[in-house]
Amino acid sequence: MIDLLWLVPALPLAGFAILSLTRGELSHKAVAWVGAGSVGLSALIAVLIAIDFISAPPANHVYTQTLWTWMRVSDFTPAIAFYLDTLSLTMVLVITGVGFFIHLYSTEFMAGEEGYSRFFAYMNLFVAFMLILVLADNLLLLLLGWEGVGLCSYLLIGYWYQDSNNGRAARKAFIVTRIGDAAMMIGLLLLFTHFGTLNIQELMQRVAEQLPAGSGLAIAAAVLLLGGAIGKSAQLPLQTWLPDAMAGPTPVSALIHAATMVTAGVYLIARLHVLYQLAPSIQFLVAVLGALTLFLSACTALTQTDIKRILAYSTMSQIGYMFMALGVGAWTAAIFHFMTHAFFKALLFLSAGSVTMSLHHEHDIFKMGGIYNKLPMAFWSFLIGAASLAALPLITSGYYSKELILDQAWNSKPIGPLFWLIGLVTAFITAVYIFRLVFIAFFGEQKTDIELIPGNSVRIPLIVLSVLSVIGGFIALPEFLYTALPQNEAAHEGGVTLVLRLIAAVVALLGIYLAYAVFLRKWEVASRLRHDHTVQAIERLAYSGWGFNYVYDKAAVQPFLWLARVNRGDVVDVIYSATAAVTRLAHQVLSLTQTGGVRLYAGGLAAGAIIGLGLVAFL
Amino acid sequence: MLVWLIIIPVVGALLAWLAEHRTRWPHPRWIALITLIIELILILSLWVPMGTGDHGVWLAELRRPWVPRFGISFHLALDGLSLLLIALTALLGIIAVASAWIEITQRVGFFYFNLLMTLAGVIGVFLALDLFLFFVFWEVMLVPMYFIISIWGHEHRIYAAIKFFIFTQGSGLFMLVAILALAFVNYQNSGHWTFDYFDLRNVGLSPAAALWIMLGFFIAFAVKLPAFPFHTWLPDAHTEAPTAGSVILAGVLLKTGAYGLLRFVVPLFPEAAFNFAPFAMTLGVIGILYGAILAFAQHDFKRLVAYSSVSHMGFVLLGVFAWNVWALQGAVMQMIAHGISTAALFMLAGLIQERLHTRDMRRMGGLWASMPRMGAMVLFFAIASLGLPGLANFVGEFLVLLGTYRVNVTLAVLAVLGIITAAAYALILVQRSFQGEPRGTVKMPDLFAHEWAAMAAMIVFAVWLGLYPQGALNTAAPALKAMRGAVLAQNPGPQMATRTNDR
Repeated sequence: MIDLLWLVPALPLAGFAILSLTRGELSHKAVAWVGAGSVGLSALIAVLIAIDFISAPPANHVYTQTLWTWMRVSDFTPAIAFYLDTLSLTMVLVITGVGFFIHLYSTEFMAGEEGYSRFFAYMNLFVAFMLILVLADNLLLLLLGWEGVGLCSYLLIGYWYQDSNNGRAARKAFIVTRIGDAAMMIGLLLLFTHFGTLNIQELMQRVAEQLPAGSGLAIAAAVLLLGGAIGKSAQLPLQTWLPDAMAGPTPVSALIHAATMVTAGVYLIARLHVLYQLAPSIQFLVAVLGALTLFLSACTALTQTDIKRILAYSTMSQIGYMFMALGVGAWTAAIFHFMTHAFFKALLFLSAGSVTMSLHHEHDIFKMGGIYNKLPMAFWSFLIGAASLAALPLITSGYYSKELILDQAWNSKPIGPLFWLIGLVTAFITAVYIFRLVFIAFFGEQKTDIELIPGNSVRIPLIVLSVLSVIGGFIALPEFLYTALPQNEAAHEGGVTLVLRLIAAVVALLGIYLAYAVFLRKWEVASRLRHDHTVQAIERLAYSGWGFNYVYDKAAVQPFLWLARVNRGDVVDVIYSATAAVTRLAHQVLSLTQTGGVRLYAGGLAAGAIIGLGLVAFL
Repeated sequence: MLVWLIIIPVVGALLAWLAEHRTRWPHPRWIALITLIIELILILSLWVPMGTGDHGVWLAELRRPWVPRFGISFHLALDGLSLLLIALTALLGIIAVASAWIEITQRVGFFYFNLLMTLAGVIGVFLALDLFLFFVFWEVMLVPMYFIISIWGHEHRIYAAIKFFIFTQGSGLFMLVAILALAFVNYQNSGHWTFDYFDLRNVGLSPAAALWIMLGFFIAFAVKLPAFPFHTWLPDAHTEAPTAGSVILAGVLLKTGAYGLLRFVVPLFPEAAFNFAPFAMTLGVIGILYGAILAFAQHDFKRLVAYSSVSHMGFVLLGVFAWNVWALQGAVMQMIAHGISTAALFMLAGLIQERLHTRDMRRMGGLWASMPRMGAMVLFFAIASLGLPGLANFVGEFLVLLGTYRVNVTLAVLAVLGIITAAAYALILVQRSFQGEPRGTVKMPDLFAHEWAAMAAMIVFAVWLGLYPQGALNTAAPALKAMRGAVLAQNPGPQMATRTNDR
């Protein structure tokens, strides 16, 4: 079974090929079958492979499948080859599994859209590239998947192409992430030049053998690859594209901009953990960036009014947790949180999508309200997702993965307790912002009519993801990953863990209560605070995403546009035009002497002769 | 055998011209198409390596005395590099005929005469190993192209054609002087005249003489490539030329500049070229970034694509002067990849102009609504242009960068920034033409079947070379290895050893 691994990415790719070659001539039904079916089959095969892998593990818990050598130039021989270990297996299962349910959901959600076939073609292509990304056995193939998912993200953000704003958001996403990718590409050049291979396992082995901890080379390579990771995963300072990416259809946001693609950076760093362990300063930087992102974007999420933008900032914040986990060496916890987050964030997006579907595509939470008993399916699934995001103790998956991160952050050196505190405070904010959304959007008075009640293709994915969001925490994923990722020794130190967990549990409950008190019971203190000028100023700053867009616009975008505009005519050409102009001028001046007057010519001859002779005589 | 590669297009050219006023003859476009198909078959039949010539890597060679008094011979030879480029020439020639099929209605016979003569000149350039003969072919490809631009071009065709002619001709003169100087120095040293490539590789020039003569060649090739700051003829020529002319200019003619650098500048003057390399590579990097920024700024669809060529060919210049195995293989791949992607974009520009009667993107927008298939094609080749992994351009660019990094880290890092600027211009091209609010309600026909077929063929090549480029890499490898070997043999200096080190 395991040798069918190549089919896992090949099937969605075939789906893409069929949908693009038929050029939109298939019926909606056929498109839905091809689009969702290809990913479903791929998920099925992935499950069979997983059963195979677990029941009869291959040697060293690793299976490699080489399809062909991509190119061979001297010793540069990257292959089209897949590498399956517990880490990539986990990723594959989540991508195909969640991916399938989102495709199924889309068959109904996107019904009647012009370009239905185009949508599924891009989605299938995305799944194929994402699978290549996580299965690649070398960094060049990983880069192929990496850039490929970026392309699909661009195509799907700009899916409704007639609105130029969508196009702008799409280009922004592609170009901002490509800035990170440029750094990553330099990292690849550096690694190949110094170690002579891009095969990840060989590379890690050579790096470990040849580099002492903290060496300049390790730091340079780690920081360059980190550039790619923060671009893709929307972490500070390359995070600005993700909120705008919400311009795409909701299933796209669920699949690409929440569950899978944006966590590619987390995967990359986990996959290259050997390198980051050799560059402790950069690993620390990963934790710092993660901590900053998780806190700042949670604050922004608190101020947003668009349901999808709240979820987008929430995604940045949750990936911030994963980055912090990677930074403190909680490798398995980061991947665990990736999985639970994929479940509950996909659930949140899909249920939000089903709400907007029923409410004439209304995205403003203040224009919703009072629908908890009218749209029970959407309400309950959103509530489960929100509870999981808020890490409601014991019964939600988000609780288990977040606790694991917080525990290990506390035990990390040198400023573990600080990371823990940031994580804890943000957990509180998280509970507040997501239940603010719940109380405002689902309770209170109803402001928009209900247009339609979604059917089964929407309901089934919601039910499945709700179940996963609850039981996902009981999967013993960290232990499963020990064959691929290092165990964190710091994890089980000391007896404080229980106290920490208790504090975190209380904090989550307090957050939910605060949201209830302020947004449903309308606490007076809150409204008084809201009229304070300082609070308003902070709120405005947070709402704008802390001014990053403004700074980048002034510091990079405008100068580039200015440069392009002033030099549209190509300044270099001026040199040649000037040469031509001077020649023409000289020609005109000299033509003036061509009068046809014999006397003038004779005079000229005589003057010339005298001057010439004079020069000869006197010099 | 080799001479047929040149005779066939020349005969085809004459037949096409003669057919113009003869109603019973087939239409000139059919003559041109058949000629090029025969040419393509012929070159493909040479792909299977034949007996090796004197120099090991040569698949075929032909040498006849021409002007024995001055040691000029009719010396043609084919190695893997020439073979790849001639195959590209024949292929893009067919694409050019396809794109002229309907567009050209005036003086049709004379048009195809010029088209085929240009191609004959190009093929001669790729085959000639006698410098005098090389120069003759260099001129042969220039004049017909001048006519193509000036007779069948767009609004400012005369200006563009004259500019093209002056730039190419002016720089060609530098090369002529350099060729004569090289032959003369050789005459002084050895006492006999020769213009043969192999003889002139070991002239024993003084460093100063080598530098000046090398610069003469370099300028001619840098103008053709085009390298910054000699690129300004290109946007005008490409934009004003008819579609077929743009396809040939971008797809094929530019490659003669790159070929000249590879075949002549470095092998004939290794020492001088390596001293000059940092400068040339800097020009390459400037070209990459400068071309991309200018491409981004353009309103004219074709002009944008033209400036993107400046950017792409910057990678070739960078790769040639980095001169290690990765960079050279990358430069060759980039030449082929650029030929395919840019030719396709020019062809699409022509199709859009046919339907909209404008190339101005301020008057386009939302074309996807009426022509989704054409939109998909523009999207595909824009994506190929920005170097998406899995497509041909990425292989070329990445290999060039890999080789450059080993020679000069700073320049490699700056060149990588080109992938960001490339994304900027490629995506704005798609946005401004096919996305956004549709303008007007005029129904336009989407791609016709034969147009779709031509595009599909180019897509197949771009994907094939992007995922399994080994066929092309292996074809060029022996030729490149021989060139690097010859250079190394002449200059076993320490500087060279590090450059040509394969690790």
